[in-house]
Amino acid sequence: MVEALTIVLAAGIARGWRSSLTGVGAATATLAIVIIVLGPAITSLPISVLRIVVGGMLLIFGLQWLRKAIMRGSGFKALHDEDAIYTEELEAARKAGSVTAQGIDWYGFTLSFKGVFLEGLEVAFIVLTFGSAKGGIPLAAAGAAIALIVVAIVGIAVRAPLSHVPENTIKFAVGLMLTTFGIFWAGEGVGVSWPGADIALIPILGFMILVAFGLVKSLRRKHIALRVATPLEAGVES
Amino acid sequence: MKYLKAFVLFWWDFIVGDDWLAAAGIVLTLAITALLAHHGFNAWVVMPLGAVAVLYLTLKRATT
Repeated sequence: MVEALTIVLAAGIARGWRSSLTGVGAATATLAIVIIVLGPAITSLPISVLRIVVGGMLLIFGLQWLRKAIMRGSGFKALHDEDAIYTEELEAARKAGSVTAQGIDWYGFTLSFKGVFLEGLEVAFIVLTFGSAKGGIPLAAAGAAIALIVVAIVGIAVRAPLSHVPENTIKFAVGLMLTTFGIFWAGEGVGVSWPGADIALIPILGFMILVAFGLVKSLRRKHIALRVATPLEAGVES
Repeated sequence: MKYLKAFVLFWWDFIVGDDWLAAAGIVLTLAITALLAHHGFNAWVVMPLGAVAVLYLTLKRATT
């Protein structure tokens, strides 16, 4: 959401707010359609299939988030610099040629649409999977909507990218939560009976936290050793 | 055809992400757990260990 706000701000300032906000509206409507169409389709699946699909997806998403957060935490990947991304997007948006139709600048519209849609799609899937597994898609959607409103209000208030949000820490925590719920639900789906039932979520989370911090520590040592050995080559992936 | 290919590639990239090994590893972990559960073993330990193994392997690939 923070990344999407950065893109929307850059598009709005460089190409005009009308085009940028129209892009935001169109992307939000498309995301709502995705949730409305996929929500009932997912919840109509048999419970064991639902747990495998939902748990498997959460596990894959969670491991992707965790992998990136661990790489950022250990120095193998550059930390997200919203100020730098904002400057780059602003520069690119200012340089791009103008194609205007019906008062809408298509570059600004497309930039905002893509930013909001792609970032929002991940959130939509998390809402659908968490909501469908616990039978509360409206509640999960409300949670996501509140987060979206908070980010939008802060963005409007400061009119600048939210560079002080500890994004990697948030992604690290979200990655751990998604992985934990993914392990639990997918396990139940394939026939596992967890010791202690729902209480098992706590030791699974604890185990994943220990592993993730251990990996950050070990990879940080590796990164420092690589930098010492080859100072010019051991750069970071952006 | 071009749009269908772009559509499939978009979803592949969205779900599988940067490293296909993570998705393949999770599918394999689920298959092993399901097989053990089918044969009467309560293989709950396979899920967290499988997830950690996948995370370790995908990080190893990305950092070497």
